[in-house]
Amino acid sequence: MGYNQDPSVQPDALSGKVTLPASLDDVEMVQAVRTPAAIDYIATPGASLSAYLRGMKQKKILGDVCPVTGQVFVPPRGVSPVSGQRTTEMVEVSDQGYVESFNVTRLPIKSRPDLKPPYVSAWVVPDGSNVGSIALVAGIEPEEVRIGMRVGAVWKPDDELEESAANILHWEPTGEPDVVLDDLRIIGKPGDNQ
Amino acid sequence: MSKQRAAVIGVGQTKYASTRGDVSMAGLVREAAYRALEMAGKTWADIDAVVLGKAPDFFEGVMMPEIYLAEALGCVGKPILRVHTAGSVGGSTAVVATSLVQGGIHGTVLTLGFEKQSESNAMWALSLPSPFTTSINAGAGGYFSPIIRRYMEYSGAPELIGCMVALKDRQHALNNPYAHVQDHELTFDKVVESPMLWDPIRYSETCPSSDGACAMILTDETGAEAHDGPVAWIHGTAMRSEANNYGGRNVVSPKASEDCAADVFAQAGITNPREQIDAVEMYVPFSWYEPMWLESLGFAEKGEGWRMVESGATNMVGGDLPVNCSGGVLSTNPIGASGMIRFAEAALQVMGEAGAHQVDGAKTAFGHAYGGGAQYYAMWVVGAEKP
Repeated sequence: MGYNQDPSVQPDALSGKVTLPASLDDVEMVQAVRTPAAIDYIATPGASLSAYLRGMKQKKILGDVCPVTGQVFVPPRGVSPVSGQRTTEMVEVSDQGYVESFNVTRLPIKSRPDLKPPYVSAWVVPDGSNVGSIALVAGIEPEEVRIGMRVGAVWKPDDELEESAANILHWEPTGEPDVVLDDLRIIGKPGDNQ
Repeated sequence: MSKQRAAVIGVGQTKYASTRGDVSMAGLVREAAYRALEMAGKTWADIDAVVLGKAPDFFEGVMMPEIYLAEALGCVGKPILRVHTAGSVGGSTAVVATSLVQGGIHGTVLTLGFEKQSESNAMWALSLPSPFTTSINAGAGGYFSPIIRRYMEYSGAPELIGCMVALKDRQHALNNPYAHVQDHELTFDKVVESPMLWDPIRYSETCPSSDGACAMILTDETGAEAHDGPVAWIHGTAMRSEANNYGGRNVVSPKASEDCAADVFAQAGITNPREQIDAVEMYVPFSWYEPMWLESLGFAEKGEGWRMVESGATNMVGGDLPVNCSGGVLSTNPIGASGMIRFAEAALQVMGEAGAHQVDGAKTAFGHAYGGGAQYYAMWVVGAEKP
């Protein structure tokens, strides 16, 4: 091989033998110890996300408006990812939208043991928002989901609503005609491809 | 050009594997560093600074490992710098190390990327539940598969192009003794029949989880001219980043990717990448990213990258633009090292030191890395001739 080092051979400096006492001759060396750890976080959402979570409890989806481009972002972060400017205005977007793209996930996921694969993980763009976010699409066979398919939010019963994005159980087809996506850009206003 | 010239004079890699249980993190990085020093004919005393990169600390659960690894990397009392740009970090780390030499700050720098995925759980470390969004995403494949689906629909590419890339890269890996996946029995049919994980991505179209480290020794013009051995001259480096979700974003070919490629090719005097570049090491963790990046980087027209795959243009044998002769990320993926392996393998090609996966007569090579939600980019062009 041109690159004069055989990967099966340890460099000399690393191959120094360790001499163990005879009593350990037949003992298997420990190579790894598994020590699972977990951390719980207390997240402070900030003004925009707090308003968004309070909105979710009212079955309203709130987004931030970029003060420079007018683009609407959901979930709102208090700052525009296009201009870098702090946002000052919030608007309600629709709980109807379309599927920008999707996958059919065939793996179980740890955070949702209730969710049995296969399931459809989609980028759903609500009407009035310039971006989509990952959402569950259900109420349809996975093979029948399409890019551009119109969907609507299915909310938890009113008495179970919390300050959480989990209030939307999933999105399901509305039966309206598909949206035609004519290029690869996330929906934007003309000239937004900067 | 106000920058000073810089060059690679040493490359060192560990044997990549799903579990390197024979070494600790410190042993892993030292193995790669030692081999890079040996190739460069240098000792620890010749190294002025170390620039190290890895993926988030969250993966292995070791906070700020650069501090604990300083001794293993022979840099106690010397500057050590950690770079962090998600999956592209191996590339960005090499770019930062290069800039220290080009800026005249240090004469000779050791740069290294590593990951010990056997001690971590990268997939679930990337999929944390939060109260602000729906927590149904299953790792990087969950994130990238809808983008791949957009590309497939937009380009009209035949459904099995991704399988062709997967088989090609695994066959390339058989010529690289360091590569993790060494599957002599793999066939096209086996790739096609492997289970869908995130439809449209199959298991065999997905990168493995690897343990490993990759190191390079970079030096200035004086050091490279005095060096008795192969040299890869750095002709250009570039980095870019962007937000991962904004109106008007092209998710298949993000602006940061196109801008980064335009910048690095302009520095290297490359006006026709397909003609002028002899070997490409591209960051392809999911097979469909090969045609997608071929288009984004300017090797193919928009919507036509899959035709290069289909025609065999990116094969080491018979292709005019061999891509990932090392086997690529699809065959070896210690995340923090994966970008640096691309850069190092590009350097080995122009040094004529790539062994059984050497592209004959390679004079100019391209190394590429991306990370995050296709947000972070790092690229370099290296050449056998001094720029």
